[in-house]
Amino acid sequence: MLQRTIPLLILSASGLVLILSYFSPITETWSEQVVSWFNILAGVAFVLGAGNLLAVNLEKISSKRPGWAYAAITLVSFGAMLVVGLSKWGSVPDAKYPNVHLAGSQDSTQAGYGWAYEYVLSPLTATMFALLAFYVASAAFRAFRAKNLEAILLLGTAFIILLVQIAAGAFLTNWIPEDSFFAFLRAESLKAIVTEVFQTAGMRAILIGIALGTAATSLRLILGIDRSALSKG
Amino acid sequence: MQFRIPEFIRNRAFASACRLAVGAVIMLAANLTAVAAPMPPAAENVRLDDAPDDAGGVLIVSWKTPDPTASAGIVIERSATAAEQEKDANALWIEVERLGRDAVAGVDGSYSLKGVPNDEDTRVRVSILGIDGELSEFVESAPARPSASLFSFKRLPLLIVVAVVSLSVLVWVALARSGAPLKIRRIAALDAVDEAVGRATEMGRAVLFVPGIQDMNDIQTIAGLTVLGRVAQTAAEYDARLEVPTCRSIVMTAAREQVQAAHHAAGRPETYAEGNINYITDEQFGYVAYLSGHMMREKPAACFYMGAFYAESLVLAENGNSIGAIQIAGTAEPSQLPFFVAACDYTLIGEEFFAASAYLSGERDQLGSIKGQDVGKAFAIVVILIGTILATIAAVDADGSVGVWTESVVASLRSFFGG
Repeated sequence: MLQRTIPLLILSASGLVLILSYFSPITETWSEQVVSWFNILAGVAFVLGAGNLLAVNLEKISSKRPGWAYAAITLVSFGAMLVVGLSKWGSVPDAKYPNVHLAGSQDSTQAGYGWAYEYVLSPLTATMFALLAFYVASAAFRAFRAKNLEAILLLGTAFIILLVQIAAGAFLTNWIPEDSFFAFLRAESLKAIVTEVFQTAGMRAILIGIALGTAATSLRLILGIDRSALSKG
Repeated sequence: MQFRIPEFIRNRAFASACRLAVGAVIMLAANLTAVAAPMPPAAENVRLDDAPDDAGGVLIVSWKTPDPTASAGIVIERSATAAEQEKDANALWIEVERLGRDAVAGVDGSYSLKGVPNDEDTRVRVSILGIDGELSEFVESAPARPSASLFSFKRLPLLIVVAVVSLSVLVWVALARSGAPLKIRRIAALDAVDEAVGRATEMGRAVLFVPGIQDMNDIQTIAGLTVLGRVAQTAAEYDARLEVPTCRSIVMTAAREQVQAAHHAAGRPETYAEGNINYITDEQFGYVAYLSGHMMREKPAACFYMGAFYAESLVLAENGNSIGAIQIAGTAEPSQLPFFVAACDYTLIGEEFFAASAYLSGERDQLGSIKGQDVGKAFAIVVILIGTILATIAAVDADGSVGVWTESVVASLRSFFGG
C-alpha cells in the first residue's frame, strides 16, 4: 500500500509545484528545488547503472560468450575514463586556484579526459551520425514507391522538394516571370508552398495534439488516475 | 639676386622662441576646440521600476533622451550593494553597461538591470554619451527594490487553456465513472502489440523494447514505460524473451519495476529475468551503436521504440527493417515521426502515444480523460477557424473598415495567445 501511496504523493506534489511555479514567479525557487532533487536522484542512480554495466560485461567475459572481447574493451575504456576523469590527469590549472589540482579544467585537449573526448569519442560519435545519410537514402527508396494514391502524393512532394533544393530547380523554372500568373511554379515558390503551408499546417496539428496529450497525461499522473508508471509491488 | 636667410632667424634662441609660440598656439586652438564641443543634454525622467511577472532580481531602467541626434550612447551605473561596499568602501557606483546609439535612437529608452538583490534598495544613474565622446551630467533615479510577482499575467492565456483542458478532463472522468458511454477509436499500433509479441514467440526470437534516450523527467519516457508494462505482460503470457536496453540508469530501474509487475500480473513471476533490462550508456550514439550491433547479431523478431528519440530514430528503425522485425514506434518528437512512419510497420503519432496508457488499461477513468482531451482539441479548432476567417476577411478587404477592424481583432487574438 505504502509502496504506491508515497510515490504517488511525491509525484503529485512535485507535479503541482512545477505547475504552480510556472504561473507564480514567487514560487520559482521551489521548482528549482524539485529539479535539484531529481538531479541528485539521477546522480545516485548512475552508480546503479555503472554497477549494472560492470556486472553484465564481466559476466560476458567470464562465460566467454560470443563477442566477449568487446565487453573487455568496454570495461577497459570505462575504467580508463573513470581514472583519467576522477584524477583530472593533465587538467589545466584554474586561474583562481592554480595550486589546487582538482579545481583544474578538463575541457581542453591538454587534459587526458578532454583529449579522449575530442580525439576518441567525438570521431566515433560523428561516424555513427554520418551513417544516417545512408539510412535516409534506403528509407527514402522504400517510402517513395508509388504503390497507392498516398504514396504517389508523397513521392510527388518529395520530388518537388528535392528538385528545388538543387541548382536544377532554379535552372528549370527561372524562365517563368516573377510577376506572371504562373509564378507559383518557380522553384522558390513551390518550396515555400510545400514547407510553409502544407508542412506547417500538418506539423502544427500534430503539435497541438501533443500539447493536449501531454497536459492530459500529466493530469492523469498528478491526480493518480493513471498509476501505471508507479511501482506495483 | 641671391636670397639669404636673415641672421636672426638662424639664431638658436629665436628658433626656440618660435617653437614655443607655435606650441602655445596649437594648445590654445585645442582648448578652444574643446570648449566649442557642446556637452550633450542630460537624460530626463530617469526611472527605476520593478520588472513585472518575474521572480525578482530585475529592475527596469527607463529614461528620455532630450536630443537623440546629438547622442551616441548611454552609460548606466548602479549603486554598489552593501556587500560590495563592505569589500571596498570607495565603490559607490558601478558601471553596468555602456549602450550604443540604438539605446538613444528614440526619445524613450529602457534597459533591464539584472542580478539586483531583492532585499536592499538600488539606485541607478545615467549619462548620455555625446557624438564627440563627451558625457553629459549623470542623472540619478529614485531608489527601487525588485520583488517577486505572485502571478505572471503574461501567462494568463495559457492558464485559461490549461484550466479549460483540465476541467474538461475532470468532467469526462466523472461522466465515465457515472457510466456515460465512451467510444474510443481503434489504434492499430496498440492492437498490433499482441501480434508482434506472438510472432516473436513463434519464431523463438526476442522482443526488443527501446524506451527512448531521455530520462524519467520526460513525459515521453513515462508514456513509453506504460506501454512497456503491456508489452511485458503479453511477453510473459506468451513466454517470449523481452530485452530492454536503456540509456539512463533511472529508466533501467523503472523498467525493471514495470516488467516485474507485468510478470506478476501475468501470473508468471518466476519467468521475470532482471538481467534482460540493462543500462548501456548515456551517450546518444554509443547507445545507438550498441542497439544496432545487438539487433544485427540477435535479430529480434519484434522491435518497439516508445519514448523520446532524436537523430537515432531512423538508424534504429532501418536496422530493424533490415532484419525483418515487426516494428512499432511511438514518439511525440514531430521531427522524428516521418522517419518512424517510413521505416516502421505501425507508428503512434503524438497524442496517440500519450493515449496509449489509457487505451491499453481499458479503465473507464482513463478513457474518460481522453474524451476530455478532445474538448481541448475542439477549443483549438474553434479558435483556429475564427482566426482563419478573420485573417481572410482582413486580407480581402485590407483597405476597408471591415478589414481594418478584423485585422485588429486578429492582432489581439495573436497577442493574447502569445503569437
